[in-house]
Amino acid sequence: MSTATEPPIVAPGYDSATVTEKITEVVLKRPTGLGWICGFALAFALLMVLNFAIGWLLIRGIGIWGVNIPVGWGFAIVNFVWWIGIGHAGTFISAILLLLHQDWRTSINRFAEAMTLFAVACAGLFPLLHLGRPWVFFWLLPYPDTMGLWPQWRSPLVWDVLAVSTYLTVSLLFWYVGLIPDLATMRDRAQRRAVQLIYGVMALGWRGSARHWKRFQCTYILLAGLATPLVLSVHSVVSVDFAVAIVPGWHSTVFPPYFVAGAIFSGFAMVLTLVIPVRRIYALEDFITIKHLENCAKIMLATGLMVAHGYGIEAFMAWYSDDRFDIYVTLNRILGPYAPAWWVLIFCNVIVPQALWFKKIRTRPVALFVIALLVNVGMWTERYVIVVTSLHRDFLPSSWGFYSATRWDWMTFIGSFGLFLCLLFLFLRLLPALSITEMRELVWKQKEGGK
Amino acid sequence: MKSKLYGVMAEFAQPEELLQAARSAYAEGYRKMDAYSPFPIEGVAEAIGFKKTRVPMLVLIGGVSGAFLAYGMQYYSAVKDYALNVGGRPLHSWPSFVPITFEMTILCAAFAAVFGMLVMNGLPRPYHPVFNVPEFKLASQTRFFLCIKVTDPKVVEQAKAFLNSLKPIAVHEVEL
Repeated sequence: MSTATEPPIVAPGYDSATVTEKITEVVLKRPTGLGWICGFALAFALLMVLNFAIGWLLIRGIGIWGVNIPVGWGFAIVNFVWWIGIGHAGTFISAILLLLHQDWRTSINRFAEAMTLFAVACAGLFPLLHLGRPWVFFWLLPYPDTMGLWPQWRSPLVWDVLAVSTYLTVSLLFWYVGLIPDLATMRDRAQRRAVQLIYGVMALGWRGSARHWKRFQCTYILLAGLATPLVLSVHSVVSVDFAVAIVPGWHSTVFPPYFVAGAIFSGFAMVLTLVIPVRRIYALEDFITIKHLENCAKIMLATGLMVAHGYGIEAFMAWYSDDRFDIYVTLNRILGPYAPAWWVLIFCNVIVPQALWFKKIRTRPVALFVIALLVNVGMWTERYVIVVTSLHRDFLPSSWGFYSATRWDWMTFIGSFGLFLCLLFLFLRLLPALSITEMRELVWKQKEGGK
Repeated sequence: MKSKLYGVMAEFAQPEELLQAARSAYAEGYRKMDAYSPFPIEGVAEAIGFKKTRVPMLVLIGGVSGAFLAYGMQYYSAVKDYALNVGGRPLHSWPSFVPITFEMTILCAAFAAVFGMLVMNGLPRPYHPVFNVPEFKLASQTRFFLCIKVTDPKVVEQAKAFLNSLKPIAVHEVEL
């Protein structure tokens, strides 16, 4: 627990009753405000943009996107890697920090897990659409087909399908299991019959029996133990999609750890981007305190430094390998036609996070919010640089080309924010955004510790 | 008594009181009982005589079967059913079978954990006699309950007297 000198994880003066009241009232009592309606309307409009872009894509095929030979992986893969990376922070908070007994994670884990689920949902969309014929997506899975074919198990792309779908499934299970006792609380606090029934069905008849709690806790900790290697494996597999290819700039063993660090880096940036406004709007500053923001900022700084180290090693290895193609790709990134993107990523991912060394900045929500936004941009740009610059000029100058995104690329990308935000708005409106159970436990333990 | 009884239930305000009550009830010789709380309290399950959960064993079985299933599937398809010679590389190229084996291990273990937990807990179960007590709504919020399953009138009175001796907020009869 926190010592006397450290600020508490939860503002003092709360007990079981007030914690329950404060978290459930956001959903059950607070009227649907104008802000929520406007926000949701905007998100929904973006979702319609996505629908429109996908509709046209299904009619015309992926020729409407900017992808062509040599750049066959454009926005779709950039967005996929970016979104899935964002998801990683949620699992990191809910699983790894749980195993490390970091009590401060309690008040942001539910929210971060929800963010993971929605980000993975957005991520999953892009490779499916990139298939060209998304309706035959099941060809990726092993199933008894009439042609007697099997997926090619030696291909990282097939690993990716299983890694991402496992990740989505396990995250969903983890999230739902954590929700069950809270849904029971919602059921018991709801006033209207219909609301009681809906939460009641979702709570599965949870009654808080000591035997049930024992099995529940055991399951929860085991799921955390399973999710920990899983989350590390997912982005490693994603990185192997690149690293197994012989394309210069991709074919490198540094990719798995470098991608995992980048994923957690961008994920924490997204957590901060979302949590800073949410805690303000829903008056949750007592639960999601400056300490939480500061800890997230510290993780961002640490993972940011790992990412910077990755950039350094990439450049060093290109020089050290004496491979003319690797050297060329590195120079082409810095000075070639896509140089602005490279400089943006260096600015956003390497220079800006250095501000987080200062406590004054780490404890200022506005400053953190700006830094987090820049890191989000930087990490998206990083994936753009990795995907596009490597492909557009690989070995033979005769097969070089240039890639630029079309408006349909942009609409699909911007539209995916609509999907993400719609889900997030619905989550905030319909489910307890903080784990009530864990908060009660935390408040009780804090009181015990204080005695 | 109007209708049949499921048991009697004491209501407490503090988790420590529930733990103490569970221990005394066990010492008193009560065995058919359960404790209800809004958050897990260490030691209560043990106090009412629930020592060991079989969830870890299930997870292990799930994980191991996932691993065998995934590896077996890959071996069968790549070596037996659809043997494809790619540049003379071995058909049984086990290192490239590892990622999918790993993912399936995790997937099956997670399924075993969650569904095993729910099944062993007897969930989903929308109705349970304890819900008949109006105050039980607080079991998911602020209060802590200890319920002793008793039906014989004589024992009901004994159990009530015992629960009252623990100085709870209230003692309720749980109707069936």
